[in-house]
Amino acid sequence: MSDSGAVLSPAPIAPVPVAEIAPRRSWLEFDWGEIWRYRELLYFLVWRDLKVRYKQTVVGVGWAILQPFMTMVVFTLFFGKLAKIPSNGIPYPIFYYAGLLPWMYFSNAVTSTTSVMVQNQRVITKVYFPRLILPLASVVSGLVDFAISFIVLIGMLVYYRVEPRVGLLLVPALLLLAVATALGTGLWLSALNAVYRDVRYVIPFLMQFWMFASPVVYPSNLVPARWRWLYDLNPMSGVIDGFRWGITGHGEVNGFYLLISCAAVLVLLLGGLVYFHRMEDIFADVV
Amino acid sequence: MSETVIRASGLSKRYRLGSKVRYRALRDTLTDALRAPARLWNRREGGSKPFFWALRDVSFEVQAGEVLGVVGRNGAGKTTLLKVLSRITRPTGGRAQIRGRVGSLLEVGTGFHPELTGRENIQLSAAILGMPRRELVKRFDAIVDFSGVESFLDTQLKHYSSGMQTRLGFAVAAHLDPDILFIDEVLAVGDLEFQRKCLGKMGEVARDGRTVIFVSHHMNQIRSLCSRCLWLDRGSIREEGDTQTVVAAYESAVLSGEAHVADSKKVQLYQWEITGSQGQEDHRIEQHAPACFRFHAFLPKPIVRGVLGIHLDDELGRVIWHLDWSFTNLEAGPCVFQVRFPNLPLRPGPYMWRGAIFDGGEWSEIQSLIPPLIMATQPIAYTQANFHSILDLPFEIEVRSDNSLETSNQPSHSSLPAMERP
Repeated sequence: MSDSGAVLSPAPIAPVPVAEIAPRRSWLEFDWGEIWRYRELLYFLVWRDLKVRYKQTVVGVGWAILQPFMTMVVFTLFFGKLAKIPSNGIPYPIFYYAGLLPWMYFSNAVTSTTSVMVQNQRVITKVYFPRLILPLASVVSGLVDFAISFIVLIGMLVYYRVEPRVGLLLVPALLLLAVATALGTGLWLSALNAVYRDVRYVIPFLMQFWMFASPVVYPSNLVPARWRWLYDLNPMSGVIDGFRWGITGHGEVNGFYLLISCAAVLVLLLGGLVYFHRMEDIFADVV
Repeated sequence: MSETVIRASGLSKRYRLGSKVRYRALRDTLTDALRAPARLWNRREGGSKPFFWALRDVSFEVQAGEVLGVVGRNGAGKTTLLKVLSRITRPTGGRAQIRGRVGSLLEVGTGFHPELTGRENIQLSAAILGMPRRELVKRFDAIVDFSGVESFLDTQLKHYSSGMQTRLGFAVAAHLDPDILFIDEVLAVGDLEFQRKCLGKMGEVARDGRTVIFVSHHMNQIRSLCSRCLWLDRGSIREEGDTQTVVAAYESAVLSGEAHVADSKKVQLYQWEITGSQGQEDHRIEQHAPACFRFHAFLPKPIVRGVLGIHLDDELGRVIWHLDWSFTNLEAGPCVFQVRFPNLPLRPGPYMWRGAIFDGGEWSEIQSLIPPLIMATQPIAYTQANFHSILDLPFEIEVRSDNSLETSNQPSHSSLPAMERP
């Protein structure tokens, strides 16, 4: 426990934490136990996000439903009824809503995570905690909105008489994939944003681009087969496709493509972790 | 039995001068990259290094239960030291080992969110400062009690006055219960009464056997709370030792000013000196010892029916003592004004002398102001936690049970042995 002076001191009742302060030797030193010890803070930060998000709004939590719902209505009208984009036999409202749920979660999570370090600047420069808690909280708190809007989806499935399927069991796994993608992207962008404020101007554009690179407004089988491997490097395409398939049984899920998505997420997330971790030491100095 | 709980050796923190800027745009990095070859060239040429050492080779130890004060000018690295020790930022070199639960108080109201209510903010701030939930539950009432905002608990923080926010913030901080506490001058906030309350709480914490590192510019706070002291100067330790010695040395170094020559047609002050009983050290005098203040001036013109005005001000600019002394005429040329005190009953601390010479013939015009003279006193005898008064009057005191009451209504003082102050 201790290397010196322990001879005289009585055995401590609780283990005394010993903090070593030194320059970092390797960027790969992770202390996962520490994240676990700070889980209470994670909980409180998520709780704060939720408390604050819809404060002083008239509709309140209703926004979590209204946003995807209204977007779904617009997409159904313009992309579906007017442009007649195929939906593989799924009713348009369900086709779009099922695609929008994971997409909106992802887009909101990435956007809020990007600014999380800058927004918590005061706290970062005044008190220590593993900085990873901040993007984690940001990604997790988006899940509540997702859950609320998911209830509406269930209502729609009942309305359109879509039978519940075994594929629904895939939804949590896909959601996890979406969370990992949002976290991986968010780690990169939040760390970059702490140093380069240009990032916040890139975000709206990036998200728009990313949405068209994912099967949100169209089914993925419109993409030429020889480009599919590239297309599925975007993990969100696997997530959204899988989502629609899991819920309606229409469309397809190709295990190989999903594997590509998973591999891409892994690279994105690990890279994000290393980069974020590297920046962790200087956040307080540069933010 | 003491145990070393903080052991710092060779702690250094280097900042790139560029990165002290609030933030960079990508553009800057790109231009930097383009200039890199040029910089490489410059470096070979021995160009200027864009670095700044906020801390340089700082080593010290703190025993369990010790209250260590850190003093130094602005930018001497005090806050950086606390930030490194509390792991907010990593050192560039050196290492430190800290044994025990650490709480750092670098600001009041860390983590407060204006949209949340007082109650919610207590919970949030406590979580951010590292207080476990079950402890918060135990201490919640005490925190609310200390803050004095119980009737506003369910009001959003943004509707609080800034004083109320401060009180709430300090209340949370004061109820943290870490083994080791880092405090950065958070006491200089709030109204006087609350400041006193905070100081009292701090004293409680200090006497509680908690290990504390305390940064402050208020030497009296340092004097009354800290047993040992560290003087940081441009990132390095300049002096370390018992509080009285270090603080006195710091004060006399920082506060000793050379009298800058006043620009005046009538009077020029060119020198001043203080002679105490031992009379060697500049700007320091001993408590309860004779002290002599001498101003040397040069008069280009004779003064008729002059008046010498002298102020003695304390740290806060309050006039503690004042004198207007009329004198008769003075010839042109060098002259000396001298004030001698057989005993100067001041508490240790920084004071300021101010002098002025008026020409009686032209009352309306102040002919010359002698610029502020600053001195620090060198304490010899001192009692801790008793620095709230201005004067340190010599006194005699007696305490006794009065048995003579039965025989006489007039208590007599003469027959008793009196305690005399050293």
